Amino acid sequence: MAYSEKVLDHFKHPKNVGTLDKSKSNVGTGLVGAPECGDVMRLQIEVDEESQIIKDAKFKTFGCGSAIASSSLATEWLKGKSIDEALAIDNMDIVEELALPPVKIHCSVLAEDAIKSAIIDYKQKNGVQVEAESHSH
Amino acid sequence: MSVRQIYLDNNSTTPVDPRVVDTMVPYFHEIPGNAASRTHPFGWKAEEAVDYGREQIANLIGVDSKEIIFTSGATESDNLALKGAFEMYSRKGDHIITLQTEHKAVLDSCKKIEKLGGKVTYLEVERNGIVDLNKLREAITDKTILISIMWANNETGVIQPMKEIGEICAEKGILFMSDATQAVGKIPVNPKEVGIHLMAFTSHKMYGPKGVGALFVNRKNPRVKVTSQMDGGGHERGMRSGTLNVPGIVGFGKAAELCGQDMVKDTQRLSALRDKLENNLMTNLEEVYINGSVDHRMPHVTNLSFKHVEGEGLMMTFNNIAVSSGSACTSASLEPSYVLMALGLGDDLAHSSIRFSLGRFNTEEDIDLAADSLLKGVNHMRDLSPIWEMYKEGIDLESVVWSEH
Repeated sequence: MAYSEKVLDHFKHPKNVGTLDKSKSNVGTGLVGAPECGDVMRLQIEVDEESQIIKDAKFKTFGCGSAIASSSLATEWLKGKSIDEALAIDNMDIVEELALPPVKIHCSVLAEDAIKSAIIDYKQKNGVQVEAESHSH
Repeated sequence: MSVRQIYLDNNSTTPVDPRVVDTMVPYFHEIPGNAASRTHPFGWKAEEAVDYGREQIANLIGVDSKEIIFTSGATESDNLALKGAFEMYSRKGDHIITLQTEHKAVLDSCKKIEKLGGKVTYLEVERNGIVDLNKLREAITDKTILISIMWANNETGVIQPMKEIGEICAEKGILFMSDATQAVGKIPVNPKEVGIHLMAFTSHKMYGPKGVGALFVNRKNPRVKVTSQMDGGGHERGMRSGTLNVPGIVGFGKAAELCGQDMVKDTQRLSALRDKLENNLMTNLEEVYINGSVDHRMPHVTNLSFKHVEGEGLMMTFNNIAVSSGSACTSASLEPSYVLMALGLGDDLAHSSIRFSLGRFNTEEDIDLAADSLLKGVNHMRDLSPIWEMYKEGIDLESVVWSEH
């Protein structure tokens, strides 16, 4: 199985690798996946409190190349988006952008889950009501 | 820009030795005969070549050339041995014992036998990958007709106590079958010395061509027979019909001869290189584990887990080294290696495993380059890994509630 150029590029030069201070009230952290499943993604967003725009996003991922590329791409997309725009990111957008093969679709699902989970964390920290919405698969 | 490619996946298949290729070439065009044609010189020459190949292979494993049945490879040999013995000896009993860490060719043949009404015990192995002989004894019933235990494991290189298993089989009057694919040609293998009655192996794991394998079938004390699984012209003493792969057998024979000649030299050199690779990685990286027994394993194999690094991702960090991983991501099933799981490794360590299998054509430079790439790759992946960061912060990963998916 050959990887797409975009996956390889994100894998070799991952964007926004790192850690944000999760104790800050404007930082939301999503940790999804499990070591036993072979992938764990941690995605963090830092929200500008005045404009409610995501001003920074960081990730660290334990997983295969597609998982790393999916989370790297997700952080790129998140920066500059509003929370609502971020919530609209769909895993199939990631699949399309990275040309992921069917066996790797779960990597994109995980990235979408990580985004949603980071946003939920941010909202909870800031006393915003969170509708019960979760992906199950 | 071409990158120097380093092949460290010799347990998957080996490059054909150029000396083997040379011996095969005339048998494609100049000597085109069918070894079963008895009426003209073309056939006689082909038959002569097959006889000679059979002799070379028999010599390598110390058996009579009449005890070698040619097949298309070890998978077919495993199928023939297991299904063929089950059919042949079904009057004596219907129970087979094997290991959970066997190759799929053995496990899936056993599954088929179960469908045909047979009973199969899939024994677990110890943490080091080796069968517990007491458990093996306990699994034997008066219906047990055959025990199938591989000589050396393809993923870990772990070698089973063949002599002791052979003694148990002899004492109980049970057939002893072994998939010796990874051992033949690499270490001394003599089925008669350890009491094996059926033994599968193949050419392409020992620097011969693909598409040709063999099944050793013991002829005396006891005389063993298996029911053919391929019907036709009654070739190979009626146990395996089909026109023989003459160039393949010529190459297989030459490969066997060369393995016999070079075994001591190759083994010493490759085990030194393997140890060098292992020491380098284990000295320069934290949290690296060897999977399987260190004392009973093939000289050219090491299976390592790099904790908190996913195997397929790690392999993507280098584009110049061919290795394989027990990571789920490398398999269609998304399940990590069943062999490593049977050793009691957690899923996380199985996902983090890389198998290095060295071969005759690897050089010291290969090993040094591979070690460099691995060190860089593991460090890169750990910089990216949230669970490595958590581990470094002293967080007990067992206590984290993960969102399974």
